[in-house]
Amino acid sequence: MKVFEKTKMLTDAHMHYCPGCTHGIVHRLVAESIEELGLQEKCIGIAPVGCAVFAYDYFNCDMQEAAHGRAPAVATGIKRCHPDSTVFVYQGDGDLASIGMAETVHAAARGENITIIFINNSIYGMTGGQMAPTTLIGQKATTCQSGRDPKVNGYPIRVCELLATLDAPYYIERVSTHDVKHVLAAKKAIKKALKFQSEGRGYTFIEVLVSCPTNWHMRPVEALRFMGEECTKTFPLGVYRDKSEGKE
Amino acid sequence: MSKILLHGTEAICEGAIRNGCRAFFGYPITPQNEVPEYMSVKMPQIGGTFVQAESEVAAINMVYGAAGSGVRAMTSSSSPGVSLKQEGISYIACARIPCVVVNIMRAGPGLGGILPAQGDYFQATKGGGHGDYHLIVLAPCSVQEACDLTYRAFDLSDRYRVPAMILADGMIGQLMEPVELPPMRSLSEIPEKPWATSGHYGKDRRVLNSLIIKPEELEPHVNELQRTYDEIYANERLAAEYKTEDAEIVLTAYGTVARIVKSAVNELRKQGIKAGCIRPITLYPFPDNVFARCAEREETKAFLSVELSLGQMVEDVRLAVNGKKPVYFYGRTGGNVPDESEIVRAAKDALEKAVKA
Amino acid sequence: MIRILLAGQGGQGVLSAGRFLAESGLHEGKEVSYLPAYGPEMRGGTANCAVILSDEEIASPLCSEPDVLIALNAPSFHKFAPRVKSGGMIVVNGSISDSYAGRDDVKVYDVPLNDLALEAGDIRTANMIALGVLVAATGAVQQKSIVSCLREKFIGKVHLCECNERAFLTGINAALAQK
Repeated sequence: MKVFEKTKMLTDAHMHYCPGCTHGIVHRLVAESIEELGLQEKCIGIAPVGCAVFAYDYFNCDMQEAAHGRAPAVATGIKRCHPDSTVFVYQGDGDLASIGMAETVHAAARGENITIIFINNSIYGMTGGQMAPTTLIGQKATTCQSGRDPKVNGYPIRVCELLATLDAPYYIERVSTHDVKHVLAAKKAIKKALKFQSEGRGYTFIEVLVSCPTNWHMRPVEALRFMGEECTKTFPLGVYRDKSEGKE
Repeated sequence: MSKILLHGTEAICEGAIRNGCRAFFGYPITPQNEVPEYMSVKMPQIGGTFVQAESEVAAINMVYGAAGSGVRAMTSSSSPGVSLKQEGISYIACARIPCVVVNIMRAGPGLGGILPAQGDYFQATKGGGHGDYHLIVLAPCSVQEACDLTYRAFDLSDRYRVPAMILADGMIGQLMEPVELPPMRSLSEIPEKPWATSGHYGKDRRVLNSLIIKPEELEPHVNELQRTYDEIYANERLAAEYKTEDAEIVLTAYGTVARIVKSAVNELRKQGIKAGCIRPITLYPFPDNVFARCAEREETKAFLSVELSLGQMVEDVRLAVNGKKPVYFYGRTGGNVPDESEIVRAAKDALEKAVKA
Repeated sequence: MIRILLAGQGGQGVLSAGRFLAESGLHEGKEVSYLPAYGPEMRGGTANCAVILSDEEIASPLCSEPDVLIALNAPSFHKFAPRVKSGGMIVVNGSISDSYAGRDDVKVYDVPLNDLALEAGDIRTANMIALGVLVAATGAVQQKSIVSCLREKFIGKVHLCECNERAFLTGINAALAQK
């Protein structure tokens, strides 16, 4: 009896993510959602620069690797030329909310019919634990070693809330991966976003809180607890926009 | 077909559209605003895509996406904006995505001025962004050529999977001249792109990428790029010669400056001085063969490169002439354009210096 | 080959007059080039354009030594009059400029363009009067080419077209009177 089968939307490539990182979970959620919606063949994914830079090896569909922060612009170019395709963008917090903030905000403001998966682990992972635009107040990073000090480093940016000030986005939700219940809720949100895109409804944005045990200097379980207890305080989970339910 | 009066910018757009360009992404900057304005009207009429991007950076990355998905795509800007695009152009070159970038050069450095210049020659022909790569660089000197070279740029770029640049100056952008437009090419005539990422629909999945992290893979990749540049060099060098056969002083210039030089050559001949002109049409690959041939001639006493810069193309002229004859330089900057009489004087000076030496 | 420099203030119709001239040349099968000089401002700055009409290929599109200068205001008259080729001509807007070129090797047509334009029915047609003077004095293009370009441009705008045609003819007569 077959009890489990890996989604065909993921390749067999061995993922390079650190032990305890929840990137891999999010990859699976995105891949399963695309497969379940039957969008695999017309799907084009955009990989970012950052920990998920190798995502083009993992998602089993056409992929483009974008320059740092430029994925929403790349996605715009593809989607405008191929409006019937499904275009998803997978970006981390440095890529999306720091160097690529202009592309992020403007793709949202134009209401591009694409889906953005925003991985927020409040740190620069790939480059070795520097401060991110989403680093929590007091959280330590290699470029704010005694903890983020608002007087010096300013405050973390809440992207869902920021994008929810725009008129165009159709669906914006923040989810988390700190326990099974939240992982299942995250899957639901991701699938919903991709479905909205396939129906041509417009811009969809899912922020997923993810742990980084390596750069947070925590054990994986401790990191999950920190995510659930601390990260969600600065980044409250919930639906920030859902035009299908009249939530503006 | 009868000729119509067009601006250089319009001619560039028509050259693109008539050879299958169906996606344009741009951002306003003087003196090329007529390009995005024209495209914003035309693209929707022909089933194409126009987006006014949030920046030049975004525009070039939209080109990356669109061209990567198999559509003929173009962006346009002027010097400071083209600097911003360099990151994207380097990625595009590495991922081997064909596309066309237009630079209507203005005076620099920095924000500089808005009048014509040619200070971006190094940037255009030597790579421009980071890493080992080149673009195919074409330099129109008339409105007709602005159309024809843009048309051709799309074919060259597709054939070699190397991005192409139209390097024009602000004068070409503003100039109006009669143009005979090429017929509209049907999209079905444009060769398939077996690497394009537009959804795999049952075929093997495709990936466009410029990250090649293993040294044993990156080196062969850049070597392969270089082999392509060598092939382009062998096949595509192009220059127009004017009265060089018996010329003692061979002037050289590209773009609209070459036309002023041509007038100067006529004036010099009228004064009894044997002058000629080489006008490079491809700036990369540089038509060094034409210069080398001229340098071999006994009649040739000297070369003079005339540019709207402090001396950029002159370096390639020197490499091509390879010490066989002296190479002199005359340039204006800041948006100033030399007139015929200035060039005549500079040519006489150069010839005199060469004869004395 | 004839090189014509049209200059004035933004809004005086310098660029559109230049385009009429270039279009007319094209209609007659001539080689033409039209090169406007642009400034950073959209309105009110100086405006000028160089138009070259030729039976042969046009090399340089510049007009550093024009055969003809059309100066629609005083600053452009004084700026460009010294550059006109010896033996060339100048049309100057006598309504708002003096006509002292400081040289006697060029023919100066001193025409009160603004006053005549008002008489023709619209001050904005001063540029067309200047074109009339140019065409009558030089034969650079034929009268009928300009008129047919005007009719093409103002298709469906009968009043504007008539007004501009009237102005153009006024210019022709003014030139004949001074020839």
